[in-house]
Amino acid sequence: MSVKQISIFIENKKGSLAEVTKFIADKKINLKALSIADTQDFGILRIITDKPDEARDMLKNEGYTVTATSVLAVELTDAPGSMASILSVLSESDISVEYTYAFMSTVENKAYMIFRVDDNNKATKALIAANIPVINQEDIFNK
Amino acid sequence: MGNYYQKELETMPVEKIKELQSERLIKQVKNVYENVAYYRNLMDKMGIKPEDINSIEDLHKLPFLTKADLREAYPYGLMARPLSDCVRIQSTSGTTGKRVVAFYTQHDIDIWEDCCARAIVAVGGTKDDVCQVCYGYGLFTGGPGLNGGSHKVGCLTLPMSSGNTERQIQFMLDLQSTIICCTPSYAAYIAETLKEMGHTTDDISLKAGIFGAEAWTEEMRRDIEKSLGIKAYDIYGLTELAGPGVSFECEEQTGMHINEDHYIAEIIDPDTGEVLPEGSRGELVLTSIDKEAFPLLRYRTRDICVLTREKCSCGRTFVKMSKPMGRSDDMLIIRGVNVFPSQIETVLLELGYSPNYRIEVDRENNTDTLDVYVELSSENFSDTVKEIAEKEKQLAAAVKTMLGIKPKMHLVPPKSITRSEGKAVRVVDKRKLY
Repeated sequence: MSVKQISIFIENKKGSLAEVTKFIADKKINLKALSIADTQDFGILRIITDKPDEARDMLKNEGYTVTATSVLAVELTDAPGSMASILSVLSESDISVEYTYAFMSTVENKAYMIFRVDDNNKATKALIAANIPVINQEDIFNK
Repeated sequence: MGNYYQKELETMPVEKIKELQSERLIKQVKNVYENVAYYRNLMDKMGIKPEDINSIEDLHKLPFLTKADLREAYPYGLMARPLSDCVRIQSTSGTTGKRVVAFYTQHDIDIWEDCCARAIVAVGGTKDDVCQVCYGYGLFTGGPGLNGGSHKVGCLTLPMSSGNTERQIQFMLDLQSTIICCTPSYAAYIAETLKEMGHTTDDISLKAGIFGAEAWTEEMRRDIEKSLGIKAYDIYGLTELAGPGVSFECEEQTGMHINEDHYIAEIIDPDTGEVLPEGSRGELVLTSIDKEAFPLLRYRTRDICVLTREKCSCGRTFVKMSKPMGRSDDMLIIRGVNVFPSQIETVLLELGYSPNYRIEVDRENNTDTLDVYVELSSENFSDTVKEIAEKEKQLAAAVKTMLGIKPKMHLVPPKSITRSEGKAVRVVDKRKLY
């Protein structure tokens, strides 16, 4: 169970984030979640959308450097300790986390975390075994 | 009047030089025509026979030789002697294709070392001097050439090679070196390190430096002279023609005397190939008239300079060349290493990267920097910073294998390079060397 995230390679330069988000907006693609990793030279913009394949193709055709990555989306209760408990499950199962970011849910008291881990299957199994809900692409947009 | 290593040759009247050059040229042309199929073909194509060359006035009739010829004839195609007569090779950096491998008989080594000895004596070197050679040793000609010259003069020779700067300074202090030979940028670096280590010029005994293998400015000369308390002299050469010592500066410091008993120098228009009169700015073309194993006729150096026969106060009669003022091709000299942009392009393409790249060369704290920007396409893109950094590292290592120097690689998004102007600017040299 995983979610398709689209990553876009952008220059670390004034205006480049505005340019790409405007392009996405013009194509009527809805951004559900977004995170940026940056270095002195470049940034990686990571997005979760309702139409990942369409988004990837359109960005690619426009000349952007784009890739799709399978990441895990995890639902958690908006309360102290939720994040810590997920991370301790992953750590105990010897799964390493490349990066993670959060986004809000429209469901009251719930939040979502995106995780890029080294083994999606193993992580999913471990989380489910610990009664932590792992959700798929549709769930994000249906909830 | 100065000091000479071979006074009779170095101060020979110009008429005598021309006689000697004519005599050696006639012999060399006959030699290559008979012994080197590559030259014979070139000359036959132009309808030139050895009999057509009766003095240096006929030199212009001969075909030029370029790096492309060296590449085509690689490795043995330009040899005029069997390998069994050779005792050494030297080489430029770079992988097959761009690499130059030069062969030497014992005679070739001797005259090369004589030329380097002349350079050392010209800056005041004698058998009482301690000569610290911190050019690289090995295939690079800098170390072996000056090392040989230093032996011939009778200096106590310190074969340091380059690098390990604190050790260089320790030897300089302990053995009181009087002459230093290296690239000008390394000399500047040594001066800085000396200061950082808490020493002043009072602690060292250096009096002169012989600096070459890369372009440097008069401003850099003054800085090095001040920071090391020495006189700084220029030396010029190419692996193709032997190595350092094709020409060298005397105490006047107004240009480099070309060792005309071994080389004939011409200045040509790089576009038309026409020989230009003395004093014109153009491309330097050299003919080695006294080499046995790897003689080159009318080799286009691609270095732009000016020749002058104005009387020199040092008493030498050899023609003087100015510092190179630029190149007639796209070769860059970075940290003393010859670099063609196409070499970097080859590495990028081999590893599956885009041919959209930009090379930036600069100089920071007297050391050349090389930055390469390459567009990253979706095929090579992976989603983490770590993986991109890893790719940059791999690319830098591959370029280092090709060139011998390590660049800083920057993967950048598409269009960040090509969108500049219509014509892609592949090379930006921010150093002001000429």
